Amino acid sequence: MSTDLRVRLKDVELANPVLAAAGCAGTGRELAQFFDLAGIGALITKSVTVEPRAGHPAPRIAETPSGMLSATGLQGPGIEVFLQRDLPWLLSRGARVGVSLAGGGAAEYGELARRLSEASGVSFVEVNLSCPNPSDQGRHFTDDPREAARVVHAVRSHTRSDIPVFAKLAADVPDPVELAEACAQARADGLSLINTVRGMAIDPRTLRPAVAGGMGGVSGPAIRPIAVGCVHRVHAALPELPIIGGGGVRTGGDVLEFLAAGASAVAVGTVTFHDPSACVRIVRELEEALAEHGVDRVRDVVGAAHRPLGAAAGAGPLPRG
Amino acid sequence: MSDFGPLQMRCPVLTVRRVDAYYAITVVAPGIAERFRAGQFVAAAVGGEQSSMLLRRPFAVHDVKPDYGGTVEFLFSVRGAGTAWLAERRSRDLLDLVGPLGRPFPLPRDPVNCVLVGGGSGSAPLFPLAHALRRRGCRVDAVFGGASADRVFSAITARRIAETATFTTDDGSFGVRGPVTAPLGRVIEEARSDVVYACGPMPMLREATAVAAEHGIPIQVAVEETMACGTGVCMACVVPVAGEDGITRMVRACVDGPVFRGERVRFDDVGTIPFDALGAPGWKPAADTAAVDPADREAG
Repeated sequence: MSTDLRVRLKDVELANPVLAAAGCAGTGRELAQFFDLAGIGALITKSVTVEPRAGHPAPRIAETPSGMLSATGLQGPGIEVFLQRDLPWLLSRGARVGVSLAGGGAAEYGELARRLSEASGVSFVEVNLSCPNPSDQGRHFTDDPREAARVVHAVRSHTRSDIPVFAKLAADVPDPVELAEACAQARADGLSLINTVRGMAIDPRTLRPAVAGGMGGVSGPAIRPIAVGCVHRVHAALPELPIIGGGGVRTGGDVLEFLAAGASAVAVGTVTFHDPSACVRIVRELEEALAEHGVDRVRDVVGAAHRPLGAAAGAGPLPRG
Repeated sequence: MSDFGPLQMRCPVLTVRRVDAYYAITVVAPGIAERFRAGQFVAAAVGGEQSSMLLRRPFAVHDVKPDYGGTVEFLFSVRGAGTAWLAERRSRDLLDLVGPLGRPFPLPRDPVNCVLVGGGSGSAPLFPLAHALRRRGCRVDAVFGGASADRVFSAITARRIAETATFTTDDGSFGVRGPVTAPLGRVIEEARSDVVYACGPMPMLREATAVAAEHGIPIQVAVEETMACGTGVCMACVVPVAGEDGITRMVRACVDGPVFRGERVRFDDVGTIPFDALGAPGWKPAADTAAVDPADREAG
């Protein structure tokens, strides 16, 4: 008997819990050269902005131990081109699409949500809150739970009611649980954890910052324990809220780790730069790992790490054979 | 997924050998060899399956051969832990490659006179180009340069393929002392060149583009930008390039290049976001501005 990989994000059912993370799947065309986009749970788009954006100057990326530091500056064509060109193409390939939104204030996020709601075929919205807030000295929206809640509220109010809104949060904040609760009160339907962790690398030859912006976001396996810990804490505090987990996922076993910590679906990001077919490989590995654990339904593993020993499927020492 | 796009393969290594200051590695990669066109590159994963080095290293393909169903050879210098690992590969080791990637050099329809300009290891991708041009009956002249004699790649082969071959070094240890672009004007005049093809560092490509413009002939340049994925998803390798509509966009060297028309590259603005680039801070769209160059081919 094959494993049931279907998962639900609020009212949206996905074929499996493996998602391509925002900013790591291009427009979809790049990865479609390597695998069938309909074979993954969903593809989350690069963050869409109101106007086209040229992004940050190069160098934008530096390799760091088991990870990388990036500062691309949200380069993209803007929502008009996204709606005309990229979204229809993704849907024509049978992909389930989560759309990541990025703006400079609640009004801009609201406008993005409104225009997105005029299109059909969007499975869910992810609100990228790790963007500089011009009215808060360029600090990220995630740095102040009230500012984050204001943005989430604007997006939820302008998004069609049948499209769930996920707030994407950062872990490098004083209290991720407080931030998550603020977003939940602003009627977020779910959370996406975590975004990159702010950091810097210095070029050993020039003794200058390795990426042009100075600071960048660290991603990759280096941040996985931070991400798993964040998912675990937030799920314990808000067990009813579905979570898209992610941060340094490289294998099917890593997906299982996030599911056990409380994620309902898991986004695969930086590893795609290393292995363009990573997403489909991970779906396969996850299926094998579940079979090994004797689990028939992937949903049964969600939150397993929170249950007392021996309480349910997937919890405690695993049955052999 | 298609018959012409890139493939991801685990390729057995045939040989790794020293060639002057460089290493050349040859791997068995039938599908990549078959699809390859001059100017394209491969992206290699380094450090093995559990590697802590996540970013792929891009390498221009220097040669493909039909042996063993198809082999691919590329050139590299040891610059860090990743390329040091690559230099330690031995016969039968497996190398995870993605390729062929990027847009190839466009080839002229008619048998015209072509001059190829290569700086350092930038000469490597010009060899398969020279063969392709010769097959079309084009005259090929070569101007290859490097910091020193051991960094002028494969001078003997260049002499064999090209009608004339001119060499330069920064230290005068081989050929003419000075930059590779210094003798370019003279070669263009003597060979009555119709087109220039160039590959090498940005300052060299800028100078070669200026020389081509002085002589009123087109130039195709292959840039050597830093890349993280090679497949177009990471947006690390952007270069400011003017489109057919005159609008500058930040385009990806890996999928929109690495080959560009020289006069379109905003060489003076490389490493910056030009103020007039589409989507630059404060930039305002004209009513008829397209976010994508109308002449751009759609991928996929």
